[in-house]
Amino acid sequence: MALFTKKYIIDADNSLSYGQASSNFKKVLKLLGIAPPIIKRTAIAMYEAEINTIIHGGGGTAQVVIEDDHIKIMFEDHGPGIADIEQAMQVGYSTASHKVREMGFGAGLGLPNIQKNVSELKIDSTPGKGTKVTIRIAL
Amino acid sequence: MNNIKHSVILERNKCVGCTNCIGHCPTEAIRVRQGKACILDERCIDCGECIRVCPHHAKRAQSDALTDIQRYDFTVAIPAPTLYGQLGDKYSIDRILTALKKLGFDAIFEAAEAADIVTAKLKEMLKEKTDPLPWISSSCPAIIRLIQRRFPSLLEQIVRLEAPMEVAARIVKQELYPDKKNIGVFFISPCPAKITAVKNPIGAQSSAVDGVISISEIFLPLQNAAANLSEVEPLGRASIKGVNWARSEGESQATEWAGTVAVDGIVNVINFLEELENGKTTYADFIEVMACPGGCVGGALTVENPYICKARIIRKAGKINREARERGKTPLRQQLIMMESEIPPVQGLTLDADVHTAAEKMARIQQYTEELPGLDCSSCGAPTCAALAEDIVAGTAKKNDCIFILREEIIILTEGLAELGSWMPPLLSKESRKKDE
Repeated sequence: MALFTKKYIIDADNSLSYGQASSNFKKVLKLLGIAPPIIKRTAIAMYEAEINTIIHGGGGTAQVVIEDDHIKIMFEDHGPGIADIEQAMQVGYSTASHKVREMGFGAGLGLPNIQKNVSELKIDSTPGKGTKVTIRIAL
Repeated sequence: MNNIKHSVILERNKCVGCTNCIGHCPTEAIRVRQGKACILDERCIDCGECIRVCPHHAKRAQSDALTDIQRYDFTVAIPAPTLYGQLGDKYSIDRILTALKKLGFDAIFEAAEAADIVTAKLKEMLKEKTDPLPWISSSCPAIIRLIQRRFPSLLEQIVRLEAPMEVAARIVKQELYPDKKNIGVFFISPCPAKITAVKNPIGAQSSAVDGVISISEIFLPLQNAAANLSEVEPLGRASIKGVNWARSEGESQATEWAGTVAVDGIVNVINFLEELENGKTTYADFIEVMACPGGCVGGALTVENPYICKARIIRKAGKINREARERGKTPLRQQLIMMESEIPPVQGLTLDADVHTAAEKMARIQQYTEELPGLDCSSCGAPTCAALAEDIVAGTAKKNDCIFILREEIIILTEGLAELGSWMPPLLSKESRKKDE
């Protein structure tokens, strides 16, 4: 049985709640006594993915599962999807709007930064339907 | 006063068991039990918020008295620069230092002068900065304790420099007066966390400071002495930048480094570190973090209003026109400025050493949290419903400690009693009961 599971709702309409799912999950990891370097990597990756879900996906969900040997987080949105995943992975590439960039997001560092901090990153996307991003961090 | 973990303590006879302190504690380290506030040792960071908010002055810091200096043959005072802002503008830094010496000290060494030395070293280190960036200041001991407990993943970003107080005391003992017997070095402190930093140091086996006297303890005699001085000695040696360490932004501006951020006030610091832990881009290499509002001027053991003190510090420092000096001809030995050891994390938040037990406890906490009313009223003696749920699972509280749950239970019980009271055993009729009456 998993040590912990929870589904977070990621609300794109309330800018005050940006990063709330990551902060909440980070507290869970601390309560469980997960090693600090793992917490840091998970926090960074989850925060980036949460922001992506908001600014590109228009909100969605994050399903977290902690198992004995890994942490898995699945993000799901029903946004426009990613046309070219390989291109989206490039440092500096971004489709973020001017408005989003003014908020300090959308520098094209999100996905590469996630990749840097996780053991496994999987992106499933159908243009027009939405995106599923799954990250796994080994414990 | 030996072997204490914390400097903030409760005066039991003054505590009335109100809940003012528990809601203000940034680490949820206080509970009211049996009508008295209790401090949870493993969570307390000695920031002094509770001393500030207690309307009954039941919280205080375990500091030394001025009379304690008599135990030593030779005494040196290390005043925090915050002291300079406690008295009005007509009291110059030199006048305040002369008055302080008159209270019974043989010599004075300003913490602000040590701040100049720490600044010089930090500037040198920043030129060869290494990841992980940004570096976090080590000067506020309450913040170090906060990071140990709540942000252990940021520990590696704390600069391994000792705080000016410690550097000053080491210089006094090892460089200035190595031959003095029975020497007593006393820090004049604006905050309780500095007392803890002396009694229970982090990053070193023991502190070179022998005692800590609070500014509030020394205030009246100092004011008296400063008002009645016949001669003022030129004792001030710190630079304008060193003195400005007393207030927020002083430390970061002293580095003359372009990329710095200064955060003050414990709640602001917690929010900032939370974001930093999420990988927030700060556009900075160095973060100054101070637990108190306005910086050390806002310390819980000060007398003057933090903002008036801050304005005075800026004015008084502005009158200094000397540069920071390097002590002696040879550069300072590393061990006078640097921490000796790593800063270890402290398991203040973790529910259990075993991850499975912790997970099981967390599930139960979650369940209790959902059952509690979610009003965070503190009437149970815990700061929030979630904290009560945690205490219930830890076995230190009961669900009925919640007055709303208690009330519900009483209603159920009352309704049950009423129902039983109107229940007629088959051998009695309603009429026979009326006859009795």
